[in-house]
This record gives sequence, C-alpha cells and structure tokens, in this order.
Amino acid sequence: MNTPASATVSATQNLPAPTRERPPADVVGPWAWARNNLFATWWSTAITLVLIYAILRASLGFVEWAVVNAIWTVPQGASGPDTSSCRAIKGIGACWAVIGEKYRFILFGRFPFDEQWRPAICVALFIGLYIVSAMRRFWRKELVLIWVVVLAAIGVLMWGGVFGMPYVGQDVWGGLPITLILSTFGLAFAFPIAVLVALGRRSTKLPAVKLLCVLYVELIRGVPLISLLFMASVMFPLFMPDGVNFDKLLRAQVAFILFAAAYLAEVVRAGLQALPKGQMEAGDALGLSYWQKTGMIILPQALRLVIPPLVNTFIAFFKDTSLVLIIGIFDVLTTGKIAVSEPTWQGFSTEVYLFLAVIYFAFCFAMSRYSSGLEREFSRSRGR
Amino acid sequence: MSQTAHLASAAAMDAEPAILLDKVNKWYGAMHVLRDVSMSVAQKERVVVCGPSGSGKSTMIRCINRLESHQQGSIVVDGTELTDDLRALDTIRREVGMVFQSFNLFPHLTILENCTLAPIWVRKMPKAEAEELAMDYLKRVKIPEQAKKYPGQLSGGQQQRVAIARALCMKPRIMLFDEPTSALDPEMIKEVLDTMIGLAETGMTMVCVTHEMGFARQVADRVVFMDRGEIVEQGPPIGLFENPQTDRLKLFLSQILRGH
Ligand SMILES: Nc1ncnc2c1ncn2[C@@H]1O[C@H](COP(=O)(O)OP(=O)(O)O)[C@@H](O)[C@H]1O
Ligand SMILES: [Mg+2]
Repeated sequence: MNTPASATVSATQNLPAPTRERPPADVVGPWAWARNNLFATWWSTAITLVLIYAILRASLGFVEWAVVNAIWTVPQGASGPDTSSCRAIKGIGACWAVIGEKYRFILFGRFPFDEQWRPAICVALFIGLYIVSAMRRFWRKELVLIWVVVLAAIGVLMWGGVFGMPYVGQDVWGGLPITLILSTFGLAFAFPIAVLVALGRRSTKLPAVKLLCVLYVELIRGVPLISLLFMASVMFPLFMPDGVNFDKLLRAQVAFILFAAAYLAEVVRAGLQALPKGQMEAGDALGLSYWQKTGMIILPQALRLVIPPLVNTFIAFFKDTSLVLIIGIFDVLTTGKIAVSEPTWQGFSTEVYLFLAVIYFAFCFAMSRYSSGLEREFSRSRGR
Repeated sequence: MSQTAHLASAAAMDAEPAILLDKVNKWYGAMHVLRDVSMSVAQKERVVVCGPSGSGKSTMIRCINRLESHQQGSIVVDGTELTDDLRALDTIRREVGMVFQSFNLFPHLTILENCTLAPIWVRKMPKAEAEELAMDYLKRVKIPEQAKKYPGQLSGGQQQRVAIARALCMKPRIMLFDEPTSALDPEMIKEVLDTMIGLAETGMTMVCVTHEMGFARQVADRVVFMDRGEIVEQGPPIGLFENPQTDRLKLFLSQILRGH
C-alpha cells in the first residue's frame, strides 16, 4: 500500500493549477478587516465608537470592583471572621474573603471537614475521566473498563467504610461531587438509552417497540424535570412495599437519566433521519446485519451530524442538575446559596455566584470547545 | 409471444438459471409497479434493462436482492427462493452484489475500509486477507493509490469504480447495476463503463439497468425493455434496437437517440 507519491497524481490532476497571486494588503489583514466591518460608513463608525466606549466603561468598572477595590481576606474576630471591612466597601469593591472562607463548604457541602480530601480526589478523578474519554486514541474497548474502575473508585472514596476511611452517608454529600455525579452518570446512562429509543422510534418492522418509544419520549418530554424529580422523591416511595426504599440520590439520578434520554433520543433521531436511505441499502446489499449496519455505518455518521445539538443538550443537562435542590439534595449551586445565607456572610451573594458561574463556565466551555474540535476533525477526515 | 419463447430457450441453455422471476407483481399502495414480470437470466448471461423513467426497472432489480419485497409471484436466485426467511436472504445477499446510481459509499470510512467492511464482518475474513483482496480489486478498477482516501476526496467516476470494487470484494456470483453512470459527468462515464466491460469479460452474471446503448450493444447478450411495470420486449441488442416490434419501444428509442 506504500505507493510512491507520484502515483497518487492521476491523469486528470496533472494539469497545472492556475497560479493565484496573493491578495493585496488592503484586502486582507486586521486593518482592512476593521475598515470594512467597523468603519465602513460614518454611521457604522459612530456605532463602533459608542460600543467601544460602553465596553470600556463596563469592563473598567468591573475591574475596579473585582480587583482594585477588592478585599481578599478579613481578620478573624472572637466569634468568627470580622466582615465589617467588607460591609464598609459594599458596592465599591468585591469581598473575595467570602470565597476564601467558604469554598470548602461550597465545593463539598456538609461532607465531614477532615474527610473532604475524598470528594476532592473524586472531582479530580471525574475531570481526569473526561480528559481521557475526550482523547480519540483512548476510544477503545478498554475505555469502558477505565470508566467502571474510576466510577467504582469514586464510590469507594465517597462512601468510605473501607481502607480506614470512615463511612459517610449520602445525606451529607454535597457540592461539586453531586453535580458531577448526577451529570456524569446521568449522561453516561442516558446516551445509550437515547440511541436505542431513537432506533426503536424509527423501526418499521417492530410497531410495538416503535409505539413504546414514541410514548416514552412524548410522556417524559411533556412534563417538567421538576415534576419528575418530585415524583421520584415523593411519589415513588408510596408505590414501593414497606421496607424497600431506594436512596434519594439514586431516585433523582434515575429521574434525571430518564429525562435526559428522552431529549437526547430526539437529537439522535434527527441525525438518523438526515442520512440518505442509500447508506442503509448499501449495507443491506452487502449482507450486513441490522446491528452491523447500525453500529458501523448509520450511527457513526448520524452522531457526527448531531454533535452540536448533542453537546447543546449535554450542557443544558449539566446545568439542570441544580434542580435537585428542590428535593433536598445539595448540589454546588445550592451549597453556594446556603453559604451566603449565614449571618456573617449575608449580602455577599454576588461574589459567590460569580465564583459558581466560573465553575459552571469552565465545564460548559470545555464541552463546547471540545465539540467544535471534534467537528473540525471529522470534517477534515471526510476530505471536505 | 417472444418472451415465453426466450424463457424456454434460456432454461434449455442451463439447467439452473442464475435468476428466475415468475409472474412477479408489486404494488406501492394502490400503484401497480410490476405487472406479471417474468424473466430468466442464465449463468454468465449479461442482461441490460432499459425503459422510460418510472417504468419499474429499479424496482425489479431491487427485488432481485430483496431491497424491495414483491407481493405476488416468485423470484429464485441461484436456486434459493426469496421469501421472508432470513437465512435465504442472507445467502442471496452474499451471492448478489449491487451498484447504485448514487454510489452509496460510506463517507466516514476510507476507500479500503469501504471495501473490507463486508468481507470482514459478513464473510468473517481476517483483516489482512480482506485488505489484500480489496487491494486486488482496487487495482482491477485501477485506483489502488486512492485506498487511504475518503470517498469525498474522489471524483464521481472514481467513487463508482470503488463501489464496483466494494461489491466484488464479497465475491458475488451475480452483479446488479442500477443506472451506474446516470449520476456521472460525461467525461467519467467511459471509465465506469470500461470497468463494467472488463467485468463482463470475466464471465460475471450481470443485470444492468442503463441507457448506454453502446454498452448494451457491446456487452449485452440480451436487452429487456420495460414500460409501465411490464416487460414489453426482449431480445439480442442488435435485433431489438434495429427492429423494434412495438410502438412503445420505437418511441423510447427515438427519444433516447434524440437525447444523445
Ligand atoms: N418507495 C416507493 N414508494 C412509492 N412509490 C415508489 C417507490 N419507489 C418507486 N415508486 C414508484 O414506482 C414506479 C417505478 O419506479 P422505479 O422502479 O424507480 O422506476 P425506474 O427505475 O424505471 O425509473 C414509479 O412510478 C415510482 O414513482
Ligand atoms: Mg431507477
């Protein structure tokens, strides 16, 4: 298969390409761009100047508040931190001391203070898992094994009760690990379910399966996630026989998986629908079985097509995990809210919410960047 | 009718025809698209099917490997009757290769992977062996140097030749072509037809829907003319083209010749 490079040039490609001169400097480059797009007419020049002024004002104001006038630490008084200096400059400067004092609670909730290294490692494990899964050279069967091992390790670390780690009940889990557990397990289980539901919904040979899939999607999609979570936490135990009781977090997790799967199924179905019929027929004509066609021809193409809406849904559900607060599970948004509800720190919610926004943004932006990288890579490999 | 006479002679030529259609009927909803279609293709015979658009050519050829199912009559391919039985379907799909008008290559796989997919997964061939086989066929269709590229990087004519190679990699005994050159720019038609002529010379049983009359004259043992779901006339290409018996064929030929 190692053909010399010259052999790859076929007869029709031998013609010399028409030589193209480089475009003149006033057509390309940043100055030309700015002139064409920002200062083309007196009208767009005016708008540009006004916007530049507004943006500068706003960002300078923010920098002044967040950096120049900010207070980073507060002295410790007899009864806890003394926040009077912060209160004195409220509105003029940020009080980042609240983050310094409270970040452990925000990140790990009521997890026993001395054991918080455990959820911290869990967060690191999750992030490591994402990074490894994102790399295409790890897209092998072994990846499933890695997931199983890492998730098991996370379970051991969170619960403890072995290796000399004291047992920590789920009722005191909270903060970032909860957010990551709910969204990672949620999407990891919801995605395969979604693929099966999408395939079932397009099945022509199995009308019963198709009906079931349609019902599932329509029923779940038709109710708000909040009501599903309520059902999972309040109503579900009523239907169970006495003594049988699933944990609250598990029930929320299941509700979350079911909800996400219904949405993802529709995204996947859109991709299936976009494929030309000829792809399936070519597979048929070659004698491939349904699952061979689906796994090797249809899904790889359909899923590539829907990377943007798929990631859109992933991001939406990552943030929707914060809804579990209504059934008394403390995700990272809720712990942040509780942190500023104690009298010492009341009134410094802006700082805390900014801190939380940065955390959420880091995860969501990473997903977004990754997906556009993936898209680029796939479109390159198709030679377009 | 000449049709039945030909059936008899074809049957006499070989005890077991490669393909046998007997009074095949098919409807799409209320539309009758195949009407009592009977045809026999002997082993190693090359049949060209022509007819106006919408006359049911694609439907008929797609019934032969059961991409479509017929509702009445029987279709026997290489001694296996086409039914809902999955095992029979499996056998036939291995025996029958198909080339489509729109190539239908798998755009996310390289040329080589396109060719080795079915041998590896359907024929359970070891990967190295399948790749060797695929390179053999890619050489035969004269594009071994494109093996590592993706279909989107190839011209239409090259893609169609890959599609032919891909079908051949399954070592079929019968090849079906559904207007293989209709989606191609004129300058690429020849390279695909040449590939098909080369294939015909190897003694492959071929059923080919095409309007390339030159190809039909050169290669076909028999031309079948279809109109409105029926086989109207069939016979050797020279006789059929020089001496059409029905008005429908005369009209069709005059339109084709004017079009070219
Ligand atoms: N999947 C389908 N559903 C409904 N009608 C169809 C379908 N495929 C083909 N037809 C109709 O059947 C007739 C025959 O089609 P076809 O076999 O594709 O003709 P040809 O290949 O000779 O142009 C046409 O009238 C066409 O509109
Ligand atoms: Mg057709």
